[in-house]
Amino acid sequence: MSVLVANQRYDFNSLKELLDVTDGNLASHLKALEKEEYILVNKSFLGRKPNTNYEATATGKQAFKNHLDALEKLISFQQSIR
Amino acid sequence: MENNEIQNDLASIRNLMERSSKFISLSGLSGVLAGVYALIGAGLAYSMLYRGQSRIYAVPDESGFALLNDAIIVELLLIAAAVLILSVGTGIYLSYKKAKRKGQPLFGKVSQDLLFNMAIPLLAGGGLMLILLYRGYFGIVAPASLIFYGLALIGASNFTFTDVKFLGLCEVALGLLATCLPGYGLVFWALGFGVLHIVYGSVMYFKYDR
Repeated sequence: MSVLVANQRYDFNSLKELLDVTDGNLASHLKALEKEEYILVNKSFLGRKPNTNYEATATGKQAFKNHLDALEKLISFQQSIR
Repeated sequence: MENNEIQNDLASIRNLMERSSKFISLSGLSGVLAGVYALIGAGLAYSMLYRGQSRIYAVPDESGFALLNDAIIVELLLIAAAVLILSVGTGIYLSYKKAKRKGQPLFGKVSQDLLFNMAIPLLAGGGLMLILLYRGYFGIVAPASLIFYGLALIGASNFTFTDVKFLGLCEVALGLLATCLPGYGLVFWALGFGVLHIVYGSVMYFKYDR
């Protein structure tokens, strides 16, 4: 999600290269995100090679932002109880 | 969750976002070296141009073949080409080493975006400069090269470190200033491609390369 929030769209192979994971690992994570409707999948062809792009949805971006907010709140809470 | 874990989480999120969109393997040291090459080139060019000869700066040639009339132009272009090749070569080599360290692929999506974005103003500028040289408008070439290079850098700053944007702005300003002072093209060229690169290169080196 970090990658898709920072870029408008990203393709499967670039994601794989960036995150240094296997095809299967990446695919299952992406499936889970798609199921939650956090990302949109766009399959097309570059000539004869299949090319799959991913885009974050508004819901996905909001969920990511909530995650960051929650992390920040945890930090400030932990700092206040010291 | 431990505070440490959260910090690591946030750090890795930030790192992922940066690595996926910006070419962070750009080496500041290569900027310094490029500046040094440029100063050496400028020094060579200076000794070639001003050994007792009068300076040619803005002489439009009616025949349109000014480029071929003066052998010194070819030599100057060779110096410029050599500086360019050396700078780019050093840049690629040092960035390759940095990319390995940072885990960013050197010729991945990010660097391709960067190169494509830089290529457009540079090619347009390069084309314009060749046409100007061909027609004999020598005086505008140095300022034009600074301006187009600056514009290319400003665009490129979106795909790499933002410091590059300020370098680009300085180059454009310097280029405009150079246009007002024809005849000092070489001085401005040395300042823009030499001194500024050394300054910004060092700033970026101390900020990012360690």
